[in-house]
Amino acid sequence: MRRRELLFGTAAGIVGACPFAAAADDGRGGTLAAVDMLPGKRPLIRHAFRPPNYETPLAQLQPPFTANDSFFVRYHLAVIPRLDPRAWRLEVSGTSVRRALSLSLADLRAGFEQVTLAAINQCSGNRRGLFTPRVPGVQWGHGALGNARWRGVRLRDVLQSAGVGADALEVWFSGADSAVLPSTPSFQKSLPVERALDESVLIAFEMNGAPLPHWNGAPARLVVPGWTGTYWMKHLTAVRIEPKALDNFWMKSAYRVPAGAFAGARFASQETPETVPITEILVNSLITSHSAGARLRRGAPAQLAGKAWDNGSGIERVEFSTDARQSWRAATLGRDLGRFAWREFSLPLDTSHAGPLQILVRARSRDGSQQPDQLTFNPSGYHDNIVQSVALEVS
Amino acid sequence: MRTAFGSALAATALLLGGAYGAHAAGHGEAAVQLKEGAGRELTASRCVICHSLEYIPANAPAMDHAAWQKSVQKMRERFGAPITDEEAATILAYLSATYTGKT
Repeated sequence: MRRRELLFGTAAGIVGACPFAAAADDGRGGTLAAVDMLPGKRPLIRHAFRPPNYETPLAQLQPPFTANDSFFVRYHLAVIPRLDPRAWRLEVSGTSVRRALSLSLADLRAGFEQVTLAAINQCSGNRRGLFTPRVPGVQWGHGALGNARWRGVRLRDVLQSAGVGADALEVWFSGADSAVLPSTPSFQKSLPVERALDESVLIAFEMNGAPLPHWNGAPARLVVPGWTGTYWMKHLTAVRIEPKALDNFWMKSAYRVPAGAFAGARFASQETPETVPITEILVNSLITSHSAGARLRRGAPAQLAGKAWDNGSGIERVEFSTDARQSWRAATLGRDLGRFAWREFSLPLDTSHAGPLQILVRARSRDGSQQPDQLTFNPSGYHDNIVQSVALEVS
Repeated sequence: MRTAFGSALAATALLLGGAYGAHAAGHGEAAVQLKEGAGRELTASRCVICHSLEYIPANAPAMDHAAWQKSVQKMRERFGAPITDEEAATILAYLSATYTGKT
């Protein structure tokens, strides 16, 4: 049984039943993650109980916006307090701040323009479990991403209200979640000051019209459209404007890729000759209507559908091939949900001949980048955006 | 070391009972069992301080001896896991013998 087919079946079948699904073979000699529930979430694919890491099943990536209770969950550290939104404060401080601020949610709502922005949030390690050779880390399949409408205030407005000193180099972020042991480095991340001042970056407190779910960063989180999820600090509690580079495990050792290996925005203050931080999301696509091995009835009309996304440049086109890359045809793009959102696509399937049907889909961004055929290996298993191939059967 | 580890465990229990308790208890993390082998109990007792045990089998397809060595080293040096040299040797031997399946 192919992996995604199994996930579909299990996810659909488990609702209301025992939350523990038996682990199963993933077809590659490994063990497939079980499906179960976090409080407040629908059944998701469990990679780990603690810290919790749960992936969205493919079926729940079909709607244009990913439901809050289906949205993937990713934590590094196991102590995750439930914060009282009325007591929550955001501390804005640092060496390069003019006037430190302490803001409540009410202060944020009342003092700054509220904006809504559609954006995908994709974990840096999405698809790591599909890497060849395999690499350590959470063995994500396709579902460590989702698309949502985020509502909040612009980080820029808050930073400017505090006053950004001329010597500011980075903005540092901390969240309320922490490690079990004091000796474990706190999860803190930074952004280049230019990126932090980009109008797209939000301090969000709503997701798809509802308060942020606990497991997605309540009561407020950072939204960094176009950049991978590692920068989207959950349970945000502190923002520091600093004249120097944040020096910790999460910046200097983790979330890095070989220098020159991938396109993407620079993060100059964190670069070394060997490695650079992962930054922007690469152009990518995912077939969400069918899983590998799905059967189509001969002669019956059928349509394949999915999503394509990039760093916010916007999807230029999505093409598909059913003849092993000899020819490519354009898929139909759905409505534009915003440049940082994913773009839906669909294409007709020819079911007139019985037999195997291999579909390849590739997306191209307006920045000129296109999904590659070959994986660029990197030790942490990031940026798997190779052209997806799905085998269907017409009978 | 034993004392330090004792406090770490106590801290874990405290934290689990507080911030995380209901979730951890309600979702059967305790049901995750590592495979039989010399060093299993020690491995389980040290790793579970910071994370549930299914991280170990979940990573097995990506692991060989060198990768486990790196992982144990990372947990000790980067994440401050309270593991002595002697314990680390036992844990590494167990993981390498039991959860190695790099493909």
